[in-house]
Amino acid sequence: MHPRKLVTIIAVLSLALATALPAFSAPGVTLQNVSYDPTRELYQDFNNAFARYWHKKSGQNVTVKQSHGGSGKQARSVIDGLDADVVTLALAYDIDAIQEKGLIKPGWQKRLPHNSSPYTSTIVFLVRKGNPKHIRDWSDLIKPGISVITPNPKTSGGARWNYLAAWGYALHQKGGNEAKAREFVTKLFKNVPVLDSGARGATNTFVQRGLGDVLLAWENEAFLAINELGPDKFDVVTPPESILAEPPVAVVDKVVDKHGTRKVAEEYLKYLYSAEGQRIAAKHYYRPIDKKVPTKLAKLRLYTIDQAFGGWQKAQRKHFADGGVFDQIYGAAK
Amino acid sequence: MKLFKRHNNVLPGFGPTMGYTLLYLSLIVLIPLSALIFKTAGLSWHDFVAVVTAPRVLASYKVTFGAALAAAGINALFGVLVAWVLVRYPFPGKRLVDALVDLPFALPTAVAGITLATVYSANGWVGRYLEPHGIKVAFTPLGIIVAMTFIGLPFVVRTVQPVIEELDSEIEEAAACLGANRLQTFRRVLFPLLFPSVLTGFALAFARAVGEYGSIIFIAGNMPMVSEITPLIIITKLEQYDYQGATAVATVMLVASFVILLVINLLQKWSRRYAE
Repeated sequence: MHPRKLVTIIAVLSLALATALPAFSAPGVTLQNVSYDPTRELYQDFNNAFARYWHKKSGQNVTVKQSHGGSGKQARSVIDGLDADVVTLALAYDIDAIQEKGLIKPGWQKRLPHNSSPYTSTIVFLVRKGNPKHIRDWSDLIKPGISVITPNPKTSGGARWNYLAAWGYALHQKGGNEAKAREFVTKLFKNVPVLDSGARGATNTFVQRGLGDVLLAWENEAFLAINELGPDKFDVVTPPESILAEPPVAVVDKVVDKHGTRKVAEEYLKYLYSAEGQRIAAKHYYRPIDKKVPTKLAKLRLYTIDQAFGGWQKAQRKHFADGGVFDQIYGAAK
Repeated sequence: MKLFKRHNNVLPGFGPTMGYTLLYLSLIVLIPLSALIFKTAGLSWHDFVAVVTAPRVLASYKVTFGAALAAAGINALFGVLVAWVLVRYPFPGKRLVDALVDLPFALPTAVAGITLATVYSANGWVGRYLEPHGIKVAFTPLGIIVAMTFIGLPFVVRTVQPVIEELDSEIEEAAACLGANRLQTFRRVLFPLLFPSVLTGFALAFARAVGEYGSIIFIAGNMPMVSEITPLIIITKLEQYDYQGATAVATVMLVASFVILLVINLLQKWSRRYAE
């Protein structure tokens, strides 16, 4: 190569580098988003979108780190010192637990619209292709000979939604009451052959091990499973009614104040409510709050946990605490 | 103090190394464990007893310790067999088999659990042949035993192997010359020599199985009162942010493990004296 040419190349390169450099050296900020399992793909998309938006708005580069795991385990990690700027978990109960340790200010669920849940979901049925057992509604799950796969409500946030959805359904039927609901849920769990400790484990049992006729699952997980594993094997059945699952989000006050990231963290969560945030949620099979954002998900009657159970704290104490209804169903009350 | 009497060490530096040992043990073992007990201390004695003797917890002890006992027993039997074959007989691929024995040590337990569940479930390689005969392995207590047997196998093999290596085959020849048949040789001559190491291997495999979580969780089915292991109870309590309840059950496990290890140490001491 001619030395002159080399000089030119170096000059051009260094010029390019010099112009590119400010972009790299612009003050950057890092956020840690601690979330639960099924949102991995959603936040991969969303973080890129937010980084673009925030750069345009403030000139600042933002990198968002993700952490996923069981919702309760994630909450415990935050309590035990994992530096989460924001938490995006499966249940308000888990964020309440973080609040109780003083990391989040009380009243967090009122700080953002819709109970701080920018997207919602529900519990649907994943069945084998062609629905050979004709499972259409919750009442089909308690028929003899139907094998139902759900994780353990004691260890899985998603499973708690499953359980409460079934309870709420029984409560709403004609002549439904607490005793009937309890009977219904007891019958349902008689049909459960395996209690996996988490939602992904239960999906594995149903999909890979071929066990069970129906998997109770988050709606977005059910569609994800179909996308990943082939629509030729499974169908999603949306029952006529189910529970409105509201996975909430919150800024971890103690951490953002320490990191000086409050502004960007708050903007991050707010952006979930923007048209683009809503579009991304819908793309990942969550139900957008914004009614203008189109969604392909089937319409159904949805009841909230506040309506049917008086909130998470009450539901947790009554059903899932040691000696609660779930333990009683398994004859393991204290 | 017998410990300090020997001054003629080959390597100098007892002081610093002893200091390091204590520091190391404190950081890695003692401090975390005392934190565990400390946390449990938040419970009153009455509450502690109530927590660790709840029916569901008791059922889990039964499952955990029962399955661990069964698994250790199976390992003691077949581990000796494997060790015997590995020491006494030359065969092609012997080194490979020898290395294979250690695999359960190296394999992440979750991987082991998922694999075992795949193989033993109704549509798995082995499960599909067992299920028609009414033998359900995956998602039953039997599955727990399988997982515990898997992770405990190396212990018996590796404790018995060196002892068999030291046994001269002349002992057997001598016994044969004196008119003992094969069974007598084994029962009267070989077994007493092997017994202490088998017992040690058994105890090690047992202790390991009691503490196992990762591989079991995928194959157990985790039904309350039936196939729920104690470590899962601990996780369950943590999911409810019941730290004290979790540590209380953990403390029971800790004490149990400690007793088991103490027994192992005594056994080893005894077997060493036996060997001399």
